[in-house]
Parts: sequence; C-alpha cells; structure tokens
Amino acid sequence: MKRREFITLPAKCLGGLLVYSLSGMPFRVNAQQGSVTLPLQFFTASEARSIAAACERIFPSDQNGPGAKEAGVIIYIDRQLAGPYGLDRYRYTKGPFVESVPQHGYQGKKNPQEIYRDGLQLLGADFAELDDASQDNRLRSNEGTMFFKLLRTHTIEGMFSDPMHGGNAGLIGWQLLGYPGPVMSYRDEIDKYYGRPLRRKPMSLEEITGQPVKGWEQERD
Amino acid sequence: MERLKPVDVVIVGGGWTGLLLAKEITSRTSLSVVVLERGGAAARPPENATKMDELDYNIRLRMMQNIADETVTHRHSRKDAAAPVRQYGSFHPGTGVGGAGEHWGGVSNRFLPEQFILASHLRQKFGSEKLPENIAVQDWGVTYDDLEPYYGQAELMMGVCGKAGNIKGKLLEGGNKLEGVRSFEYPNPPHKMSYLMSLFQKASVDLGYQPYPIPTATLSQNYANPDGIKRPACLCCGYCGRYGCMIGAKAQPSTTLLPLLENKKNFTLRPGCWVRRVVHRNGKAEGVSYTDASGKEFLQPADVVVLSSWTLNNTRLLLLSAIGDPYDSTTNKGTLGKNLTHQVSHGVHLYFDKPLNNFMGAGGLGLGLADFEGDLNQKDAPGVMVGGAIRATSGGEGPIGSFGRIPEGESKSNWGSDWKKAAINWYDRAGEIMAEAAHLAYRQNFMDLDPVYTDKFGDPLLRLTLDWTEHEKRQAAFLTKIEVAVGKAMGAKVGGIARGVHEHYDVTYYQSTHVQGGVIMGDSPERSVVNPWLQHWHMPNLWITGGSTFPQNGSGNPTLTMLAATYRAADAFVNRYVKKPGALA
Repeated sequence: MKRREFITLPAKCLGGLLVYSLSGMPFRVNAQQGSVTLPLQFFTASEARSIAAACERIFPSDQNGPGAKEAGVIIYIDRQLAGPYGLDRYRYTKGPFVESVPQHGYQGKKNPQEIYRDGLQLLGADFAELDDASQDNRLRSNEGTMFFKLLRTHTIEGMFSDPMHGGNAGLIGWQLLGYPGPVMSYRDEIDKYYGRPLRRKPMSLEEITGQPVKGWEQERD
Repeated sequence: MERLKPVDVVIVGGGWTGLLLAKEITSRTSLSVVVLERGGAAARPPENATKMDELDYNIRLRMMQNIADETVTHRHSRKDAAAPVRQYGSFHPGTGVGGAGEHWGGVSNRFLPEQFILASHLRQKFGSEKLPENIAVQDWGVTYDDLEPYYGQAELMMGVCGKAGNIKGKLLEGGNKLEGVRSFEYPNPPHKMSYLMSLFQKASVDLGYQPYPIPTATLSQNYANPDGIKRPACLCCGYCGRYGCMIGAKAQPSTTLLPLLENKKNFTLRPGCWVRRVVHRNGKAEGVSYTDASGKEFLQPADVVVLSSWTLNNTRLLLLSAIGDPYDSTTNKGTLGKNLTHQVSHGVHLYFDKPLNNFMGAGGLGLGLADFEGDLNQKDAPGVMVGGAIRATSGGEGPIGSFGRIPEGESKSNWGSDWKKAAINWYDRAGEIMAEAAHLAYRQNFMDLDPVYTDKFGDPLLRLTLDWTEHEKRQAAFLTKIEVAVGKAMGAKVGGIARGVHEHYDVTYYQSTHVQGGVIMGDSPERSVVNPWLQHWHMPNLWITGGSTFPQNGSGNPTLTMLAATYRAADAFVNRYVKKPGALA
C-alpha cells in the first residue's frame, strides 16, 4: 500500500472544511488558526508543495485579495486527480492516437494524472523553493503545454467551485467575487438591482440545502 | 441473446420526442409501448437541489452521455483524416430518462414559415444560380400551416411563456410581429426582465429594431397544462441549462410527460438499455436488439419500431442496421446521413460600467430581435440567404465559467497578479449578445460510419464531415455588425468574439446542442429518408422523430419544432396507421 502523504496549509481560512480520509470517511477540520495537516490522495507531499506554489503564481495572494494558497486549491486538484476525472473516465480514450488539427482539441493518450506527473518534471523538484520571479519564468516557459493549460483551468476551478470539492475554503473565492452561492430564488430580485450589486453573504450548497453533498470525484467504481 | 415477449411499439430513447410519442400512443390506444433508454432513471426536482453545483454539472457535464463509451469522429472534408471528439465541446448529448430535455435551457421558439419551404423560397428569391455552391437545402414536405396546430399543442403542454406578435393576422405590440401566424396567445406571459435585458430593450428600440421576449418553457407563473400536469413558477435561480430544475418550473420530459406514463398498464420504461441494432427482414422492422447495464443481450420484438434517440444516434443506428441508402457526397446519391447541419452561433462580448448580477437568471430568459431571423435586406447583408436570432439572455452564470472575461489589452498575461486584478474587476460586468442563426445544408456536410474508431462494444462510431462555408462566415460577419451596434447603444464596451464561427468548424468549444439532419424528412424517397409523417419511406413500420429529421437548421432553437412534428406524427400514427398499417405517403 502507498504510504500516506500529507500537506500542511495555513488554516485561517479552512474553518468548517469537510475533508475525506483515504478510506472515504468524511471528517471536519475546524482549525481557526495556526496550520492544518491534510491527507493527500494523489500527490506526494513534495509534489503537492510544487503544484501549490505554481497555483499561487497563477492566482496569487496579493493586495487584491487572497489566492490559491488560502483557498486550498491544491486540495481541490489533488482530489480531482485521484478521482475518476484524473483517470480519464469521462474522456474518449480509445486509439489510435493521432496528431490532428487544432479544432479537434487534445488528442493525446495521457490522462490528467500522467499530465501532472510530466508537468512536475517540467517545474523541477526545486520549484517550491524558487523565488517568485524564477517560478514565473519557469511557468512562462511552459505556458504552451497541456500541463499548464490544465493547471490554470484547475486553479480557477479550485478557487471558485463549491467547497465540497476541496477548494474555495471558507468560501474565500466567492467572497472575492461577491458570488452568493447556489441561492434558491431571485424571483423578487431579478428585476430590481438594475445596475446595483446584489451581494449576499455567500453560502455553500450544503449550507443552503441543509443536506450533505458530495462531489463526483468522491465516487469510485 | 434472450428473446423477450413481443410488444406493439418499441421506442428507442426516452427523451422529449420518445416520451411524447409514448404518451400519445398509450393514452389514445391500447397498444403496448416499451421505451428503451440508454441512461439511468431521471432525478426528480427535490433531488436536483443537491445538484446545483457548477463544477460537476456545468464544467464536468455530469448530465451528458459518458463520452468514454461512445463519441463521434470529425473531419472538415472528405480529403482529411477524421479524429475522435475526445471531450465534449461544440454540443452536449444528454442521457438518462428525459435525455437532453432534462438539461436544456427551455427556449421554445417556432421556426419561421419560410424555413419549411426553404429550397423553394431561396430559389424564388435569388434564382438557383445565385445560391451558394453545393447548397443542399430542401423543403420539409410539411408546411408551417400544417404544423401550426401542433406548435400550439406543444406550447400548451410545456406552458411556454411569451408574447405573441401575430394572432390570426393581427399584429401585436411587444411580440415578434415577423413570426408565423399563430392561433392563440402564449399560455403564459413573459418573465420579468433582468438588467441586461432592460439595456438591450432600450438600445434596440432606439436603433429602430423590434425586440421581443424569447419564448421559454421555464414558467413565469404557476401553471396547469391540458394534461393536468401542474408546475410552479420559476425562481430565477440561475441553475438551468446543463442542470435539472430543482422545483420543476422548467418543462422537462421527466416532470411534464413521465408522470402521465408511469401508471399506465400499457407502458414500460426500461432505463440502462443500449440499443445496438434495428432487426429487420424483407423490408420490415421486427424489433431491436440491445445490451443492458449488466452486459446481457436482448431482442425486443415489436410490430412498430420508433427511433427517438439524440439526433446523431438515429443516423448511426440506421447505418449500423443497414437500413436505407447511405449518402455518397461525390455522386450526391443516397439519402441516409445527408444534410448534416449545426448552428451558426456567433456573438460578441460586452463590458459594462455597472454590475449585472449575472448569477440571477432562468433558462430562456432574454430578448431577441425579430428583424434578422429570416430574410435579410440584400442591400445591408449581400449574399446572406438566411439570418439568425440575435439575443441577450440572462440564463444565470456560475463563477467558474464566467471568470476571466476581460476587455482586450487589460492584462498581458492570462495568469498572475495583473490578470487576477483585471478578472476580478470585470467579473459580473461582462455579458454577451449571441446569435443563433440558421445553418444551410450542403452536399459536403454529411455523416457516415467511421472506418477506424469504435464505441465500447466495438461498433463503428459515426463520422461527421462538416465545415463552415463562406456563407456562414458572411452570416457571422453581418450578425456581428448588428450585435456591435446594439452593444454600443447599450453603453457597453464591445470586444472579442464569444464562441463564434471561425475559419473552420471547431469541436472544442460549445456552440449549441442543435445538431440536425441525417434522417431527413421530405416529399420524396429519392431525396429524404422519412416521409412528412416521420415514417421511413421504405419500411412503413419504422418511424423516426427529432432533430435528425430536419433537412436543415432554422434560426433559433429546435425543440418546439421537434415536439410539433412528433405531435403530428402521433396523430397520423393513431388515426391512420393503427387502423391500416402501411405506408402513409
């Protein structure tokens, strides 16, 4: 059996985060300060540090608000890769694999797990230790790769998807945008607020429905 | 293969048209009907509330067929090698009971009268020599007037909300005055207007255009349809297209048809059944063979076989079953697989000073312009034979899909601090005007079986040969001009093409799920696969419903036309075929 790996994250934004152990049992992390250590499902600890550092350059924590680090984007990506998506269960993967025109999109054989493992090679084992400018340079030189494309997409997803998927911790991404979450009704608001922002306190799907919810990535076949 | 007890009618596919036909047959006759659906059971409204998750449903497309099991291949021309569509992009086939009718957006426009006689209409208007090269548009063999009562029936069934523009020749303010003549007003009034719509309304009136509310099957008020189905008013939650409705306000087969069928003794629904072939002998369909979820194979004998699966699969099933004459684009002979059309979906991004609250919305909530949907003034739009529905909609947007729309020049990179700042700044101030334009049929756009790639059972995939011509590019250019003018009049900064028709057809980004043709209807067996009653020309006990029977695609959305044509086919089946089985035309 694979040795269990963990990542340690700042916990100031991770209040109320529901996480899943490797056996699939949910438990809640309620640390309000200090740091929190979470089990990884796909990455090794050092891989996770590299990917987390890269996500942080894509969506940095800066004067314009929190970023990938605070949202726990690395947890989101780790779970997506460990689940059916990471294994390409929802992509047509029969051969032959051929190069085709750009209008046909990604035609490669490698699944997201393999693309990330390749990408980690591109970043280099020392990536997390580099300064910001060096990290940016290394990412910039790999901008054309499928790995970077996925990493950028997954970073946005991890910032702004429902926290059931592991990112957007403490609804920090939704707060950043003023997105209220999957609110059940705007019947009375739709024709009001013309040109004025309607900014409610964000709520997660679990909070709104009052029911436990589970992402697709938690389904195993 | 296990041979099952014969039934009167077997219907392949439990979506809008399959369940509608099943409802009509089982309520009007004592015939036994079995519906075989490839996907699972439908989720019911309260359960859909726990599925209001943008990542799983809008991004990972959880309501769609699993493309790992089966896809299509695509090439731009006969000279090219085809490649499989490995991930969904330009269209989204639904799965499960209700099919794409569960995740649709609810837009329920009628096609314009000239669409049904498009070949005659264009020849008369332009002369044959002026038409685009290799044009293959055909008349449907059915006219708008033939379909009008059935359009009305479909609108009543779904409770379509809208404002009529032409009732029995009387033109009405606020509606689409250029639409075909209607017998009666929409069953429900239009929705309230969003901010984006209010800007579009004012700008288009200022420019002298005629805006009207897009007809939609998301309810503006509580409604009971003539079948006794009650549904509540829409809450504008914004989780509509690509989701099932959490309260049943959006007309879906599972909420609008299925409740009428479930307790009927002569109706059986079998989910998880993947139909592989139509079994036939001596010009007569004998049933279908299918594989169930456990991998077991069955033969379901039936007196009548109906193909109601998502549009492309009807063509594929007929090709796999060797029924009909496959189309040959080099000789223009054969009918099965011809007239593949999609949609000219082309729009521009708009950027506003003020927030739009884009997360609010409903499927089909929006306004369209009546002015450019059909015939166009050749002075303004030289060489554009058909136009499109130009619209501003508030369907409800999630933060993942809508993040990152920024005006050109605001950030050098699409990641990093500057980009983040610009993307947050413009989030919720970006909208679009989109056109859903008609797509003409051409000889070179068609379907056949792929010689290389196969589905999970090893059956050949369907191969699409499809590319844009100069005509679609002219359509897009003209519609863009109007969109830019309206966008500017709305006070927006206009920039960048949203989706759009580019140099070549592209499978990687969403355009619409309105793929049509392959098993087209028409007035002669030399030019079409099914007759105007949707009955196979050469196999009278085989019927085909849905978008695969459209000879070309009209402006706007196709669902209402599919339903109207199915109601008409049901009438012909019940009133004529059941009494005297045989060819109706």
